[in-house]
Amino acid sequence: MTQPVSPPRGGTGQASPVSELPAWRSLAARADVRTLSLLGVLAALVVIGGITKPDEFLDTRNLQLVLTQASVIGVVTVGMTFVITSGGIDLSVGAIVALASVWATTVATQEYGFAGILFTAMIVGVGCGLVNGLLIAYGGLVPFIATLAMLASARGLALQITDGRTQIVTVDTVLKLGERDSYLLGIPPLVLVFAVVTVIGWLILNRTTFGRRTVAVGGNAEAARLAGIDVRRQRLYLYLLSGLCCGIAAFLLIILSGSGQNTNGNLYELDAIAAAIIGGTLLSGGRGTITGSVLGVLIFTTITDIFALNNLQSDVQQIAKGAIIVAAVLVQRRTASTT
Amino acid sequence: MPEPTPVTSRRGLLFGTAAVSAGALLVGCTSNDTTSEKPAANDRSAADDKPGKHVTIGFAGPQADHGWLNAINDNAKSRAKKYGDVTLEITEGSNDTAAQIGQIETLINKKVDVLVVLPADGKALTQVGLKAMRAGIPVVNLDRIFNSPQAYRCWIGGDNYGMGLSAGRYIGEKLKDKPNARVVELAGLDNLELTKQRTQGFDAALKNYPNIRKVARQAAEFTVESGQSKMAQLLQAQSRFDALWNHDDDQGVGALRAIKQAGRDDFLMVGGAGALSAFQAIKADDGVLKATVLYPPTMAASAIDLARALGQGKGVGGLAEFEIPASLTLYSAVVDKDNVGQYMSTGFR
Repeated sequence: MTQPVSPPRGGTGQASPVSELPAWRSLAARADVRTLSLLGVLAALVVIGGITKPDEFLDTRNLQLVLTQASVIGVVTVGMTFVITSGGIDLSVGAIVALASVWATTVATQEYGFAGILFTAMIVGVGCGLVNGLLIAYGGLVPFIATLAMLASARGLALQITDGRTQIVTVDTVLKLGERDSYLLGIPPLVLVFAVVTVIGWLILNRTTFGRRTVAVGGNAEAARLAGIDVRRQRLYLYLLSGLCCGIAAFLLIILSGSGQNTNGNLYELDAIAAAIIGGTLLSGGRGTITGSVLGVLIFTTITDIFALNNLQSDVQQIAKGAIIVAAVLVQRRTASTT
Repeated sequence: MPEPTPVTSRRGLLFGTAAVSAGALLVGCTSNDTTSEKPAANDRSAADDKPGKHVTIGFAGPQADHGWLNAINDNAKSRAKKYGDVTLEITEGSNDTAAQIGQIETLINKKVDVLVVLPADGKALTQVGLKAMRAGIPVVNLDRIFNSPQAYRCWIGGDNYGMGLSAGRYIGEKLKDKPNARVVELAGLDNLELTKQRTQGFDAALKNYPNIRKVARQAAEFTVESGQSKMAQLLQAQSRFDALWNHDDDQGVGALRAIKQAGRDDFLMVGGAGALSAFQAIKADDGVLKATVLYPPTMAASAIDLARALGQGKGVGGLAEFEIPASLTLYSAVVDKDNVGQYMSTGFR
């Protein structure tokens, strides 16, 4: 399933500090160890879930549930992986999801039915991404600051639009997509969207010029510029991409929760960053892995699921989540330095 | 009391929104129109409403980031408007302690006659409450209570423990003849004291019914999104249970969505707070939601009454005392199909 060859590391050739001699071989091995260790964690969780709650955990419905819950944050994480790979950060993803979801569920938008909601969510997502991108790429703002500002203002706008109220969706075609009748071969439509976004994300990052440029910009922006990459335009596109993912996620969340609320997407930025980092994407940029990010999301969702099935309370869940982030990163550093 | 006409659904039709599909929606036919700007149903004021000397009331509350707090603001404003002898000085809501302290100090400096304060954090705002009292401005502390009784003249608020009790009793009575009944609790935000009180009250009430066992409790975050995801997991974890108590109707929108998605209808659900969507679902009686326990936002209207009475030196109508009481705890009534008509107009969105 996972590609034996590692994602190319820095198109410019000077990004990798370790590999002077065996080049791709050791890199491939290392990438594999990372993915394998994540798969190992996931497998261990499955075993724990299977032992503690065999009937409830090892059940098709539970698999559908875990994947559905992972879909919304998963799509956001794919976008985030690109941004982090390029050496940036997007703190505004949760707020964009909130804004897109409430804008798409206003009465005016709902009048246009399915297309109105979908279209509005996408436009708002891309629009916010565009503002982020312009501020960062052409305005010279640090990504942390620009997206922090977007976080504040998008949440504020979301609150203003809703007046703090929950906007309930009445468009049947949208609601249907979240229900059992519309599962395709047992796969919920939300999960299909998540899978498609993941595959496209993987292809773009690993198989296209766009992906190589992203890695190059994150590895060494100056070198990338000298190599003829339009770094600013690349950055603009990356935040647009992240915004687009937020728009898709907002639409999925509308399907899932049947409503728009200004509290939607709460702390998604932290969850997405955590999942990407656990997955092996470097926070300093220059290396990114979609497979890892998605595994990171699945690990978090599975933990939440196991805890809920065993009726453990949310404080315990948070502690465990923190511990797993630390443990996963420590394990990765170890495997990275030994191989 | 006459049943209010279902204004919402009719407006929905006029708007040409998918009102037909609304029927399929678990929570009834709430569309997003704006019809419920009406004040509370109960127009009787707590204090004698004969006009008196003019009173300026300063009002400071948290940011209205959800339906209940919106209803608090609406209630306060519309009640103040009702009196010719009251001016309401209302500040921008804020969840920032420092900002709220600043706003209250401004109101003190403006020398308002009475203050009504719903603090975002009761403990943190105690000092500024004391300051107002020392400056000779009586404080009506609304809902989230200050640390010191010296910081307010009168406290009025909801009863979180009582909410739990009411929910527990209602469920207990419904299930008392059922052997080995199983109950599930979807709590609110666990780091709030009020959530713990609601759970304690619920557990205390269930103790009276030895045949009932609480088999699971998960905390959500008072949001639709968290309600959906936590409920989806609870449903997966508990293949059979007889009743569910959900602490909050807003997160209940998400919980009901998860219940619909899982295709479950084998239990009864009791909500909390008193949202319009919950009342509509209870009235329609086409889903698992059978009742909700109140945490009435009308307390804000009552707080204005009390503040006015304080300013005019009156007691409370109907009570023998010359002064208003030091503390008033609202009752968490259970609203079900039988009495929902009476409460419909207090429902908040």
